[in-house]
Amino acid sequence: MIPELGHFALILALCLAVVQAIFPLVGSLNRTPSWVAMARPLAYGQFVFLAFAFAALVHAFLTDDFSVMYVAQNGNTDLPTIYKVSAVWGAHEGSLLLWVFILSAWMIAVAAFTRSLPDVMVARVLSVMGMISIGFLSFLLFTSNPFERIFPAPLQGGELNPLLQDFGLAVHPPMLYMGYVGMSVAFSFAIAALIGGKLDNAWARWSRPWTLIAWMFLSIGIVLGSWWAYYELGWGGWWFWDPVENASFMPWLAGTALIHSLAVTEKRGAFKRWTVLLALLAFSLSLMGTFLVRSGVLTSVHAFASDPARGMFILMFLMIVIGGSLFLYALRAPGISRGGGFGILSRETLLLGNNLLLIVITSLVLLGTLAPLLYDAFDWGKISVGFPWFNSMFVTFTPLMILLMGAAPLTRWKHQDGAELLRQLRIALLISVAAGVIVALPFAAGTWAAGLAVGLSMWLLTTLLTSAWRRLHHRGGLKALAADFSSRGGRSYYGMWFAHLGVAVFTIGVTFVSQFDVQKDVRMSPAQEVVVNGYNFRFDGVKPHQGPNYVAQRGTIRVSRDGREVAVLHPEKRTYKVQTKPMTEAGIDATLFRDIYVSLGEPLGGGDWALRLYYKPMVRWIWLGGLLMAFGGLLAASDPRYRLRMLAKLSGKPMPSDTLTAGGQA
Amino acid sequence: MPAFARYLAPLLAFLALAALLYKGLDIDPRTIPSPLIDKPAPAFKLPELKHPDKFISNADFQGKVTLLNVWATWCVACRQEHQNLVLLRQKGVDIYGLNYKDKRPAAEQWLQQFGNPYIVNAFDADGRVGIDWGVYGTPETFVIDKHGIIRHKHIGPITLNAIENEILPLVKKLREAN
Repeated sequence: MIPELGHFALILALCLAVVQAIFPLVGSLNRTPSWVAMARPLAYGQFVFLAFAFAALVHAFLTDDFSVMYVAQNGNTDLPTIYKVSAVWGAHEGSLLLWVFILSAWMIAVAAFTRSLPDVMVARVLSVMGMISIGFLSFLLFTSNPFERIFPAPLQGGELNPLLQDFGLAVHPPMLYMGYVGMSVAFSFAIAALIGGKLDNAWARWSRPWTLIAWMFLSIGIVLGSWWAYYELGWGGWWFWDPVENASFMPWLAGTALIHSLAVTEKRGAFKRWTVLLALLAFSLSLMGTFLVRSGVLTSVHAFASDPARGMFILMFLMIVIGGSLFLYALRAPGISRGGGFGILSRETLLLGNNLLLIVITSLVLLGTLAPLLYDAFDWGKISVGFPWFNSMFVTFTPLMILLMGAAPLTRWKHQDGAELLRQLRIALLISVAAGVIVALPFAAGTWAAGLAVGLSMWLLTTLLTSAWRRLHHRGGLKALAADFSSRGGRSYYGMWFAHLGVAVFTIGVTFVSQFDVQKDVRMSPAQEVVVNGYNFRFDGVKPHQGPNYVAQRGTIRVSRDGREVAVLHPEKRTYKVQTKPMTEAGIDATLFRDIYVSLGEPLGGGDWALRLYYKPMVRWIWLGGLLMAFGGLLAASDPRYRLRMLAKLSGKPMPSDTLTAGGQA
Repeated sequence: MPAFARYLAPLLAFLALAALLYKGLDIDPRTIPSPLIDKPAPAFKLPELKHPDKFISNADFQGKVTLLNVWATWCVACRQEHQNLVLLRQKGVDIYGLNYKDKRPAAEQWLQQFGNPYIVNAFDADGRVGIDWGVYGTPETFVIDKHGIIRHKHIGPITLNAIENEILPLVKKLREAN
């Protein structure tokens, strides 16, 4: 019964979405306040029904209701409770339900936290989100119904893919979807602004916190995915340029460009067309990612349920959403006013430079992801795009970007005197070049790549310190820090500070782990010892181990250095009862400066095992950097100035009148 | 030209992309080539199927033109192609096997039952080497030249047609090359 109610709730949510897509928008155009006022209640209603549907599916998993086909395929009575819940989004239908559920959560967030915005604007934003909701809900209902029954019901379920039975992967999809779907808010704001024909600083200011929060979730989602791949796939890599990874990385890159472009539009009123295009692009790439993952157009280690009929549906949806929004852009763009001018050397120029670099990288990632398809479609023969291509692209553009990143916070808006900038930057420049050269010398790390990375990271760090010092100096020294932090615009600044620091930390991590990791494949007998990079690995044999829904061979490796024990690691080879897929669980000893990573290979007879031993320097910095970036995003989104209008309204001060301009020529 | 024509570029770019994606829906992704073509074969060291204490590695391929066939007993298409591999062996082609995510007794029984076209089989129980080689389904067959460079990847079962028109001509060409 409950699954049927869940199904019914989905249908009702779709009905509400249709109403929400039409009435508030039409009401905003023909000035019908009662229709405009429908937007918020409709959003709340949709959320309620989708929350119910989602809870119904969770309930089906928790109660092992194998008469529901999706549960029979992915659930199992032996699954630990946490994985019964995460199994809800462990395959296609359920993850799509999570997608729309999160969309409705973003909708009620928009409905709740935009009290200070003109009702007309909010109505249009929610209408656009309603349209997106229609697309996904009908996709769910017509091609991928998670509540479909089977008869007779099997006694036991097929079990969640063992690869996904892991904490990292339980939380990775919700985070990623929060990011993907969150980009729909910036998208909807952009469309609403284009419909109204009024793209101004206020629009940029309204969009910014939403974009930042979505970007933060996307960052966390990507970090989780990378971390999971590292410890679960058993070969120590952290990024594979897999099409599905690229699908999450492209919206992140476009979102990063958007955050910066929004800053320019808010502060200076410039780049309006570019900003609005980026807002459309970031969400379009999120949708494109969904298409690539679900249609089976590209193969990937993520291989989800793929089905050409579903692919066709999503493609049609893409045509309507992306095609329609770009057409609207083309109609409105000529009417968008130019913003404030700026000199050749100014913060605007540097931000524009970085924006272009980010978009170049996005395009190249897109090209690399689609190249096999492109060559196939035109019969151009064979092409191989792998690691080397993506990596060389990154090595080419990232240094340039970091150079601009360091200088931009110290550069003035509008116009910057070159000599003055150089004077401010010379200490940072000196320190970073010196640090880079020292590291590149033979007695230190001894490679130019490490030198370059350290130099660039130092450049970011020193310019950030210079900028913070100058900022605080103007405000009365270090004791002004607390006041500055809670001032208007303060957290925007410190958010930038932490995010950029994250880039420095990330750069160090990537370079060191790719340059200096040590890997050894060995055959070991019990009590045998092997030395890797100064660490002594002693193999103490393998014993069987019983998990809740798997049996494992569990190895014991004692790692010591200079006679002192550093860690005892237990890598495992698991066999899950139902899917009987062998899974490796690496044994990892992690510290800030190095990981020791052991994965169990094959039994070779007589108690001997094949083992893979790794020494991975600074690998944690990769994810630490990502988390710092996400933290920066959160900090910037919490800036008090985004709440000022709300406070003003609460205290009864007059607000600028709502705009009901229907024409495009602002 | 209307004023907005200038701003149609993003839309046109998207339409081109959409056309490509539409075409992509009809293309079998399995025909996407391996990025490893013309690259040195990924290094590996695995126990042999028959003798778990003996190892097989890339070094075994050096100096001759070889096929590396990825197979498993649970793979129906592998059974389809097996007799063709035996035929290839009779025609003097050196075939190595990568027994992929399989069980030893099952694999050995298979070879006894259907004949053994392989010089030797590497045993990749958890498919880790398969991942390094970019295997996404079985069967797959790599053609490796004298210098250990991957020259070709055949996805899916090797048919008689593929033997005549694809594998044998290539092996002949690579053997004649330096």
